[in-house]
Amino acid sequence: MNAAGDIHVELKSVTRTYAARAGHGAIHALGPVDLTLRRGEFVGVVGPSGCGKSSLLEIVAGLAMPSTGRVTFEGALVEGRVPNGVGVVFQEDASFPWLTVGDNVAFGLKRAGIDAAEIARRVDHAIGLMGLNQFRKAYPSQLSGGMRQRVCIARTLVLRPRLILLDEPFGALDQQTRLLMGEELLRLWRDSGATVMLITHSLDEAAMLSDRVAVMSSRPGRFLEMLETGWPRDRDSRIVADPRFGRFTSRLWELIRDESRKALDLP
Amino acid sequence: MKQRWSDYALLAAGLLALWQGAYYAVGAEALTPPLETARRLAALIAADGFWDHARATGIAFLYASVLALAGGMVMGVAIGASKMAHEIFAPILGTLYSIPKIMLYPVILLVFGLGLSAKVVFGAIHGFFPVALFTMGAIRNLPPVMLRTGRVLHLSWPSLARHIYLPACLPEIVTGLRIGFSTTLLGTLIGELFASSEGLGFLLSRAMESHNVPDIMALTLLLFLIATGANTIILAVEHRLQAHSG
Amino acid sequence: MTSPGFWRLVTVAAAVLALEALCRGGVIDPYTMIAPSQMALALLDMVRHADWFWADARYTFQNVAAAILLSIMLGFPIGLGIHALPRLRRVLNPVLLSYYSVPTFVFYPLLIVIFGIGPASLIVMGAMFGIVAMICATLAAIDRIPRVYNKVARVAGMSACETALRIQLPAATPHLFTGLKLAVAYSVIGVIAGEFILATAGLGRQLTLAYNEFDSPKMYGLILLILIAVAALNGVLQGLEARLYRRWYRS
Repeated sequence: MNAAGDIHVELKSVTRTYAARAGHGAIHALGPVDLTLRRGEFVGVVGPSGCGKSSLLEIVAGLAMPSTGRVTFEGALVEGRVPNGVGVVFQEDASFPWLTVGDNVAFGLKRAGIDAAEIARRVDHAIGLMGLNQFRKAYPSQLSGGMRQRVCIARTLVLRPRLILLDEPFGALDQQTRLLMGEELLRLWRDSGATVMLITHSLDEAAMLSDRVAVMSSRPGRFLEMLETGWPRDRDSRIVADPRFGRFTSRLWELIRDESRKALDLP
Repeated sequence: MKQRWSDYALLAAGLLALWQGAYYAVGAEALTPPLETARRLAALIAADGFWDHARATGIAFLYASVLALAGGMVMGVAIGASKMAHEIFAPILGTLYSIPKIMLYPVILLVFGLGLSAKVVFGAIHGFFPVALFTMGAIRNLPPVMLRTGRVLHLSWPSLARHIYLPACLPEIVTGLRIGFSTTLLGTLIGELFASSEGLGFLLSRAMESHNVPDIMALTLLLFLIATGANTIILAVEHRLQAHSG
Repeated sequence: MTSPGFWRLVTVAAAVLALEALCRGGVIDPYTMIAPSQMALALLDMVRHADWFWADARYTFQNVAAAILLSIMLGFPIGLGIHALPRLRRVLNPVLLSYYSVPTFVFYPLLIVIFGIGPASLIVMGAMFGIVAMICATLAAIDRIPRVYNKVARVAGMSACETALRIQLPAATPHLFTGLKLAVAYSVIGVIAGEFILATAGLGRQLTLAYNEFDSPKMYGLILLILIAVAALNGVLQGLEARLYRRWYRS
C-alpha cells in the first residue's frame, strides 16, 4: 500500500475556459475538477485526447491560471507562478541543443545560488542516476529521443523537486524504451520521495506506474473515477504479469472507451 | 497572421503622425508634410508627360521582371534539384547576392550603353537572386515522402512536376516572386536614376538634383503606394496558397 | 578541402579564365572591360602606390563596421520587442514587408540635414538598410523557438531578461544567422551606395571618380576589391553558420 502522506496538492472546483476569439466561441476545456495529491504518492491521469489533461497539468504547475477554483501546493495558493519545489517534464524535447548534456543538466542550478561544489555533486548524481555518464560532453543532437528525455528528467531532478509533473514524457518513444523508462521513473520516485503526477494516454503505463489512476471524461474533462491500484511500492515493469493488472486496465478501458469514441466523433 | 482593417488604419495614422512630426522637427528644407505632398503628387500626375514617364518605367520594369522571375526560377530549380549542385553553387549564389550591385552599374553602362537595356539588366539582376534563392529553398525543403509517394503512384516526370512539385513548392516560390518583384522595381528605378532621360526614376533624379523636396516626397509617396499595393496583393495570394497547403 | 569546396573553386576559376580569354581575345573590347588579370594588377598597384588607398579603405571599412553593429544591436532588441507585442507586429507587418521596395536612398537629403555631410549619414544609411533585415530575421527566428523552452524558463522561475539572454538568444542564433548575413550585406550596400552618391570620401567615392575619369583599371580594381571583401565576409559567415548547424542539428 502506498504511504499515506499529508495533503501536498489540492485542487478545488478548478475549471479552464479559453476565451472566445475570431473564428470560434469560448472553449470550456476542463472541469470542474477536484483533486487531492498526498505527499509521496504516484498519481496517473488518463483520458481521451483533447480532454484537458495537459491543461490540468499546467494549472497544477502554475504555468496556467484556472478560470475558476483554486489550487494549493504545500498549503500556499498557486496562481500564475511556478512555486519553488515543482519540477516539470514536458512532452516535447526540451533539451537545449546549444549546451552539452552536462551543461543542460546543470542549467537550473547555477541561478539558485548554490555553490559550485554542490552543483557538481548534484549534477554527477543525476547524470549517474539517468545513465548518462558516457554522454556528459555530448550534444543533444547526437543522442536518441529517449536519451534526450533522460537529460530533461535529470535536469528536473537536480533541483530536488518535491512535486514532479510529467506530461506524456515518453510519448515519442517506442514501447520497449517506454517500459524501461517507466522503471527508471519508479526508481527515481522511490529515491527522491517526491510526489509524482503523470499524464499519459497509455493505460498500461498508468496502470503499471501509479498508486492511483484518475480517469477523465472527454472535453470538458471531468474526473469520472479514481481507481486505486494497490501495488507495492517497490514495483517494476514485471507487474504486467500480475492477473490484477489485466483486470485493472480492462476497467480503465471500460471507463474510457465511450469517452474516446465521443472525442473522435464516432457514433 | 490575420490583418484586420483596424491594423491598417492604425499603421496609416501612425505613419502620418510620424511624418508630420518629422516635418515640424526638421523643416521644409528636408521634408514636405503629408497633405502638401499628396497635393503635389496629384499635380504631378495631372501634368503633361507624366504618363509617358510612367509607361517608360512600366515597360522597363516588365521586361526586367520577366527576366528576373524566369531566370531566377530556372536557376533555382537547377541548383535546388540536386544535392550536389546545391552544395557547390548555393554559397556562390549567396555571395553574389551580397554584392552591392550598384557598384556594377558603371560596368553595365559600359556594356549596354545608356537606355532601356541597361535599365532592364539592372532591374533584372536585382530581382534574380531572391527568386533563385527562394525557389531553390522551396525545392530543397520538399519532404522526401512526397517524391516517394509520386514514385509509388508511377507518375511520369511532367506529372510529378505538375501534381507534386509545383503545388508543394508554390507558396515559397510565390514569396520569392514577391520579394523579387519588389527588388526588381527598386533596381529599375535606380537604373533610371543614373542614366535615363525618361521614367519615374529619371523624374526622381531630376528632383533630387534640383533639390526639389516636394517633388522628391511626392514621387517617393507614389512609389511607396505602388510597392505596398503590389506587395499586399501578392501577399493575399500567398496566404491563400498557404491556407491550402497547411 | 571538401569536395563541394573544390568544385566551387573550379567553377569560379573556370568563369574567371573564360572572362580572361574573352578579354584577351578581343571579344570584349578593352574600353568596356579589362581582363581579370589586369584588374588584379591594377588592384595591387593601388594598394601599393595610391596615396589615397589606405585612408579611403579605412574610411569605408569603419563605416561599414559601424553600420553592421548598429543594425544588429538595434535590430535584435527591436525584433524581440515587436515579437512580444503581437498587436504591434500585425500593425507593422506591411511596413516590414514593403521596406525593401521603397527607394530608401531618397532619404539621403534628410539624413544630411540631420547629420551633416560625413560618416554619420553614411553609417545611418547603412544601418537603415540593414536593420529591417535583422528585425525580420529576429521575428522569424523567435517564431521558430520551440514553445516548450519558454515553459522550462517559467518552471525555473527566470525573469524575462534572463529568458531572453540565456534561452531565446542561443535558441534563435542559427536562424538569426540568415538575418545576420542579410544585415551585413545590406549595410555594405547602404554604405557603399551612399559613398557612391554623396561622393565625399571612401572607396565608393573613388569608384565614382574612376568612372567619371574613364579610368578603367582603377575602376575595375576597386570593384574587384569590394567583390573580394564581400566574398570573404560572406564566406566567414557561412562557415560559422555551417558549424553551428552541424553541432546543433546533427540529427
